[in-house]
Parts: sequence; C-alpha cells; structure tokens
Amino acid sequence: MAEKPKLHYTRGRGKMESIRWLLAAAGVEFEEEFIEKKEDLEKLRNDGSLLFQQVPMVEIDGMKMVQTRAILCYIAGKYNLYGKDLKERAWIDMYVEGTTDLMGMIMALPFQAADVKEKNIALITERATTRYFPVYEKALKDHGQDYLVGNKLSWADIHLLEAILMTEELKSDILSAFPLLQAFKGRMSNVPTIKKFLQPGSQRKPPLDEKSIANVRKIFSF
Amino acid sequence: MSGKPVLHYPNSRGRMESVRWLLAAAGVEFEEKFLEKKEDLQKLQSDGSLLFQQVPMVEIDGMKLVQTRAILNYIAGKYNLYGKDVKERALIDMYVEGMADLYELIMMNVVQPADKKEEHLANALDKATNRYFPVFEKILNHGHDFLVGNKLSRADVSLLETILVVEERKPDALAKFPLLQSFKARISNTPNIKKFLQPGSQRKPPLQEKDIPSLMAIFH
Repeated sequence: MAEKPKLHYTRGRGKMESIRWLLAAAGVEFEEEFIEKKEDLEKLRNDGSLLFQQVPMVEIDGMKMVQTRAILCYIAGKYNLYGKDLKERAWIDMYVEGTTDLMGMIMALPFQAADVKEKNIALITERATTRYFPVYEKALKDHGQDYLVGNKLSWADIHLLEAILMTEELKSDILSAFPLLQAFKGRMSNVPTIKKFLQPGSQRKPPLDEKSIANVRKIFSF
Repeated sequence: MSGKPVLHYPNSRGRMESVRWLLAAAGVEFEEKFLEKKEDLQKLQSDGSLLFQQVPMVEIDGMKLVQTRAILNYIAGKYNLYGKDVKERALIDMYVEGMADLYELIMMNVVQPADKKEEHLANALDKATNRYFPVFEKILNHGHDFLVGNKLSRADVSLLETILVVEERKPDALAKFPLLQSFKARISNTPNIKKFLQPGSQRKPPLQEKDIPSLMAIFH
C-alpha cells in the first residue's frame, strides 16, 4: 500500500517549501494538513507526533520525520536525486547548504522591522550576486553540462531553481549578470514535473501576506 | 604531503568543533591551520579556496570541502558512522539536526548582549532538559549501547559532544536522565573518544570573553 507522504505545516512556504519542491520535482504526489491555529500545533505536540515539538513534520514510509534537512536528505536519497557516490553527495551538500543560507536570509524578512528589513534586502542582493550566484554560474561554466553535479538532475538543481525564483521576487533582474543561470532557469523550469509545479493551482505556496504573518506569529508564539 | 585532512578555522570551537569530534571518533589523524588574523581569512578567500568565502573548510581527499554539514556528512559516510541503510540514516539525521539546534543555542550564548545573556542561557538550558534530553533518554530505552542500529554512529558522537557542552553551563544537567548518564560514561570510554577527551588533544576549550574581540576581528 503506497500511501502518499503527508506534510504538516502552516499554509505558507517557511521551512516546508523546499520539501514541497523536492517531492514535486521527483513526481511524488503528497497531501498536506495545515496548521491554521495554535491549537493545531498543540494537538500534534500532545499526540507525541513531533520528536522535538516542532514542524515541519512529514509522515512518510511509516515514519513521522522531523528536521527539514533530515526530511530533504531522505527524499533526495529515496528518489535518486542525491548523486551516485560520496563525492557527488559532498558537492550536492555544499551547493544545497549555500542556497539554504541564501533562502534562509530571505525567509526571515517578513518578520523583521522595516528598517532592518531594508538593510537586509540590500545585503541579500549583494550576497546573491557576489557570493552565491557566481559559484553556480562558474560550476555550470566549468563543466558545460545542464546540471550542477554528475550530469544528472539532483537535489542541488531543484534547490537552486527555488532560490533563483525566490531571489527574483525581491529583485527581478537579479540574474542579469549570469547568462548560464538564466539558461539553467529556463531549462529547469521546463522539466515536466517542475513545469507542473510552477503552474497556478499547484501545491507551491505564495510569499506571505501581512495577515498570514500575524497568524504565523500567533501559532508559533514569537 | 601527509594525506591527512587539514582543517582551516580559528583556534576555537565554533563550527569546526563537531568536525574535530567526528574525525577523532573515527580515529582519523588531522592537521589544523589556524586563522589568527583577518589577513589569514582574506588569503584563503583570494586563493579561491573557499567556495562561499567562508570557513570551516576541510581539505580532504583532493577536495576543499566547505559548509559544516557537507563536511560532517562526508566524514560520517566515509568512516561508516552513518548507519547501514536509508532508514537508519533518516533517524541519525533527525537526531543530529535536533542536537545541532541545541548546540547552536548554547554556542550563541556567549555573543548575546549582556542584558539578554542570562535569559538566553536559561532558555537554552530549559530546552536541553525539557525538549532534547528527554527524547534521547527515551530512545536509549531500547537497551542498546548506541542510539541507532546497535553500532556507534555520528549520532552518538554528537550526543556526547552536546551533553558535555550543556554540562559546562549546568553541571547537573543529566540529573534526571540515568540512561544518558551511563551513555555518557560508556561513549567517553570508547578508545578514540577517550583519547580526544584527554588534555593535549585537539579538542578546543570553551570560548572565553577575552578571546571574542580577536575572533570578531578575523570575520568583520
């Protein structure tokens, strides 16, 4: 009996969005149970469903998995998106940790005061164009292949596309100095499973609006 | 060329300490090149040695690995400290990520503003005793010596490291956790780790207030 993975989180992107992307890119159908109010989170905690009392939590293959990276690594491994050996995995891990750092900065923005937010947007733009994107542009340039690692679609490619789109929401011309990343974005967006995920009506979540921000603060008490 | 891994980082724990622990537990000898001033970091950056211009960086098997988790994943995989299959790896990853969250909280205490420090520490220690340690005490109810798969893994190394760091701030942190107490004794006595815990090893001491300025000067 192949049950679909079940995702437990709020209705926003947050730390669950990379998991939605990875499952979608792998062509895996999944269900979602949304935490709409604090009581929903409390119920999961009291049920003993959350190992460290936190979400994301994904029910998959008889496990209640928590910790974003643990979940992502499991899905990547299961669906052959994690390279063919230890060295390819090391490269994928390095690339993914870079895009995680970048997306982490963007994810924090909605919860910051206006002046802090403005400073951080400038910092994010600088980091994206001088620290992160040059690395991926160079990787693609050096080997001339379609994918970042091992000439095959991997978690690193999916994560990079997600990071590119998220950064473009902040500054639409962020890729102007990166021709290979522009081509990469075009190519990846056309991978059938990803193309489907990028269409309206998919389980991809939009950026947070003001009302949702207030609700997230209430649910997680911060 | 000795072929030993070379660790590039300041002479302090920071984000490199868990790498030192894992290599030591695996019985792997390693060298260290300490960053002492800003120029040392800048040299690595201009050499093109740091993929994202940051340390930790570990030279190993012809690669210049960066990003703490990538480094730890590689070492754990190479030295068979990562479980025997995907499900064991999933458990190990969950445990290790939980402990990384706790470790980060404790590590960050020393850089909190003076008026927030005490409250921050109280919160971290509360999480240790009410959120994290109960989980691992419960897991050890399986009666085996190690957390996963009845075999030493990076999860055990990480748990011991985290216990010791919490105990430095609260010596009786394990008072309510008898299984963790015996776990701590047991893992501390495995030969490689016992050696690492002795004076003169490459294990680093806790960060002192007086060392913070020179550390900050390297990175800012």
